[in-house]
Amino acid sequence: MNLFSTEAIEDIREKQAEWEENELASALQSRPEEKPVYETECGIPLKRIYTAADVAGIPASDLGFPGAFPFTRGAYPTMYRGRPWTIRQVAGFGNPEATNQRYKYMIQTGQTGLSTDFDLPTLLGLDSDDPMAFGEVGRVGVAIDTVDDVDRLFDGIDLENISVSLTINPSAWVIYAMFVAVAEKRGYDLHKLTGTLQADPLKEYVAQKEWIYPVRPAVRLLRDLIMHSAKTTPKLNPISLSGYHLSDVGGNALQEIAFIMAFTIAYCEEVIAAGMDIDDFAPRLSFFFISHQDFFEQICKFRAARRVYAKIMSEQFHARKPESMRLRVHVQTAAMSLTKVEHHNNLMRTAIQALGAVLGGCQSMHTNGLDEAFAIPTEEAMKLAIRTQQIIRDEINVTSVIDPLGGSYFVERLTRDMENEIWKVLDEVKERGGAIKLVEEGWFQQKLADSAYATFKKIDSGEKVSVGVNRYVDETSGSAEVHIHPYDDQCTQLQIDRLNAVRASRDNGLVTQLLAELAAQARSDDINLLPKTIELVKARATLGEICSALREVWGSYAEPMIV
Amino acid sequence: MTDSSSNSQGDGARARIDVNSPIRVLVAKLGLDGHDRGAKVVARILRDAGMEVVYTGLYKSPNDVVSAAVQEDVDVIGVSLLSGSHLPLFQELGRCLREKKAEHIFVVAGGVIPEHDYAALSDSGVDAIVPQEARSDLIVTTIRNLIAERGRI
Amino acid sequence: MTAFAPSRPARRAAYVPSAELVPDVLSGSVLAVARMISRAESGYAEASEALAEIYRHTGKAHVVGITGVPGAGKSTLVAALIKAFASDGHKVGVVAVDPSSPFSGGAILGDRVRMSDAAQSCQAFVRSMATRGHLGGLARATLQAVDVLDAAGYSPIIIETVGVGQDEVEVVTAAHTIVVLSAPGLGDDIQAIKAGILEIADIHAVSKCDRSDAPATVAALRGMMTLGPGRPGSDWQTPVLPVSSVSGERVSELKDAICRHWDHLRDSGELHDRERSIGRTRIFGTARQLLQDKFKRDVAELDTHVQAVVSRTMDPSVAACLLLGWDNEVLA
Repeated sequence: MNLFSTEAIEDIREKQAEWEENELASALQSRPEEKPVYETECGIPLKRIYTAADVAGIPASDLGFPGAFPFTRGAYPTMYRGRPWTIRQVAGFGNPEATNQRYKYMIQTGQTGLSTDFDLPTLLGLDSDDPMAFGEVGRVGVAIDTVDDVDRLFDGIDLENISVSLTINPSAWVIYAMFVAVAEKRGYDLHKLTGTLQADPLKEYVAQKEWIYPVRPAVRLLRDLIMHSAKTTPKLNPISLSGYHLSDVGGNALQEIAFIMAFTIAYCEEVIAAGMDIDDFAPRLSFFFISHQDFFEQICKFRAARRVYAKIMSEQFHARKPESMRLRVHVQTAAMSLTKVEHHNNLMRTAIQALGAVLGGCQSMHTNGLDEAFAIPTEEAMKLAIRTQQIIRDEINVTSVIDPLGGSYFVERLTRDMENEIWKVLDEVKERGGAIKLVEEGWFQQKLADSAYATFKKIDSGEKVSVGVNRYVDETSGSAEVHIHPYDDQCTQLQIDRLNAVRASRDNGLVTQLLAELAAQARSDDINLLPKTIELVKARATLGEICSALREVWGSYAEPMIV
Repeated sequence: MTDSSSNSQGDGARARIDVNSPIRVLVAKLGLDGHDRGAKVVARILRDAGMEVVYTGLYKSPNDVVSAAVQEDVDVIGVSLLSGSHLPLFQELGRCLREKKAEHIFVVAGGVIPEHDYAALSDSGVDAIVPQEARSDLIVTTIRNLIAERGRI
Repeated sequence: MTAFAPSRPARRAAYVPSAELVPDVLSGSVLAVARMISRAESGYAEASEALAEIYRHTGKAHVVGITGVPGAGKSTLVAALIKAFASDGHKVGVVAVDPSSPFSGGAILGDRVRMSDAAQSCQAFVRSMATRGHLGGLARATLQAVDVLDAAGYSPIIIETVGVGQDEVEVVTAAHTIVVLSAPGLGDDIQAIKAGILEIADIHAVSKCDRSDAPATVAALRGMMTLGPGRPGSDWQTPVLPVSSVSGERVSELKDAICRHWDHLRDSGELHDRERSIGRTRIFGTARQLLQDKFKRDVAELDTHVQAVVSRTMDPSVAACLLLGWDNEVLA
């Protein structure tokens, strides 16, 4: 059913034509508009004004109601009235103890969920004493080598009662195994554990560029993780499909959503092919998007993404449970938009992006620290970031009404335009042989690199404004002395000492035997590798040992040449 | 800038005049930092400014990068780093350059590098640091100025 | 906004005369080899004597050309071949050619992305070269780079051509053994015929042999091989070999075939013919290049003759002879 009668629309069209002939024409004659063309950041043309005529063709059923198919207006029926979004600031650096201390500070400041960044060696499956880990231990996240490090990371934190997000990718299945082992040791009920692993391999190959194995084995590891987690830790999200990074590497809003949906389809096909019903795992798929600079485009992006996802799950995979069609999203404001020049401006940028995420209906959020453009945020910066969310939540009354921009002619039209463009990309991906094949061929990578270069050129030419950088430049402001989070030089040695102690005290024969068994299992595609991995971490096998055992079987990934 | 097209292989050095051949730059990522957006954008900028850019891909050790730079006889190694590990990695890069007697190759750093590390980086052999928000012109000019100062070798 | 770039006069490096580099090239110094290749590329007149001296020390290396349509996986194959040859104790040299931008004259040379690990672990010498406007799949100084590597003791020396898929046959006149690489599917075999690179092969390789459509491509190529004769005057049977460069599967068979072809050239005496053909082409090519350079240098003189030709006071043949300093009788 359509929202407007044909007569009403006809009338509007007539009136608009009159207005264009009279008021508009004379205004344009006396003063032309500033730009010849107006469009969103992702290139969707923008009209001067939207009317009911622009939304007349959209069926009411495509809007629906919050918490019901197609979820355009929100993931839950009561949204922020029932439960505000989770303030989830990511943190991680140095030894597990250092991050643990930061967690306790943030909980005290009012944070409601935890989120962990890991250092690069951990992400890439290398122990802290690996030669390639040189200079990187504990640098951009916390260093984890063994199950004991995970225990230290969450020391004094009740994992049954606070949700934990783990930003871990190629080595995610090992970190999950360690997390489960710690929970078991502490006597927790595994069915009560809540939280999210990032574990989105395809976006690694195209965006964040952290990988260990070739593409297909990496997807198999995710499949094993999803299937194991569905049974063992049913309230944990085993994956966070991360459009954020697609944007971070240069993708526009359409690419962010279209590509991540293409990956979603690929993952679902893998798990279904392994014999699991869509409704047994889809409710635990979660998403991670950026909230970027183009305010309305971003709000419409969230709405369009919810609708596209619901339709994919319902129409392509024949999901029956509504939870399988509900897109839940964690949002981070755009680190790319932050500038080192006049870095206090970053507070304003972040606040506006955060407001966009709330109007778009996010479930949890990380607001960037104002110094995030150049370092791990200090405590002061983190506190301001948390305060930003609290001000939006508690001071400005934007949470009382669900989807407050719903029904805006402009917002509904743009949501529809974005949806249409997303379907076009998904059709193309399908035609070209599917997401996994295209990742191997570098198709997504090339699109994103092209988009990144185009954006850079737009800032070069001044077409895209960056305040303080290419407009309103204040040569005197320079770069203020910023207090930078200090790096602990002792961190690496402590991790190495602990590794040596573990290797000296454990049953090395058992570890060797289990590693051989894991490698043997990996040669067959049918065996779930999680149970053996959990055995391994309990036997104090290190992250690096487990990952290299499989590298022997699968080899390493070789990136395609894309510039 | 380039010779006009010919489709025959020729030696031709004897009578050829000295031509101004393109500046050669190796654009590299050091260590485990996967953020290659900036490096790839810079590679295109330099190409569009008429330079020959050797791109090495991700996860390269300082030793790998220096070996490649020597074989390619580049004028400049450009490294983009966003992982915070710039101090140890550039120190090691400088050491490898000295060890391989390749100190004539300039090192230009970019990415996320706080000002208070500039002096230390300079001491480890970094010749220029391009700020995070640098536009094309600044990146290209910085490299051209270094070559102009040294002269072609 | 400015860059942080403290002036460092001490870094100014002196120009080492090319003649002084020659002994180091001959003793295999990587720095000297690299620098000498740059000199050849730049066309420094100062380097011509040194390159002539280096040429006297060449003729030892087995030069292998690898060509094929874009996306066939040439760089990955070269990386796998580096490892295969190195494991037999060979000191491998590679010249990988990529196109220069016709607009800026710059280039992005990306072959190291696939090769650098192999180069590093096998101590191979890998040099990326931009075409700098030269057509035909090679760069203007590719053969001089091969000379420098040859003189420095590298063998085999692998030339990887541009991979634009068109008009890449120049490598025939540069290498002893030509490997044409095809990828399964996408009608690549047809593309290869169009590009005229199919019949130049001494060895056909089909990449991605683990893919399900690889056998069809192998069969199609084998079918074509039975249709026409090989190179005139040769009884070499061109093999068609499936390989997987990623897993390294069957790469050693390809390496063996390359070695077998080298043996065949030497045993049959065909090597002499190939060397003559390479020599002839290099002389012709160089002569043509010299002419072009000369004309470009003497623009004013050229213009005068062009004007005469346009106004019909002189015919083009006479103009050409006058420009070359030849008298008209040459035409007769």
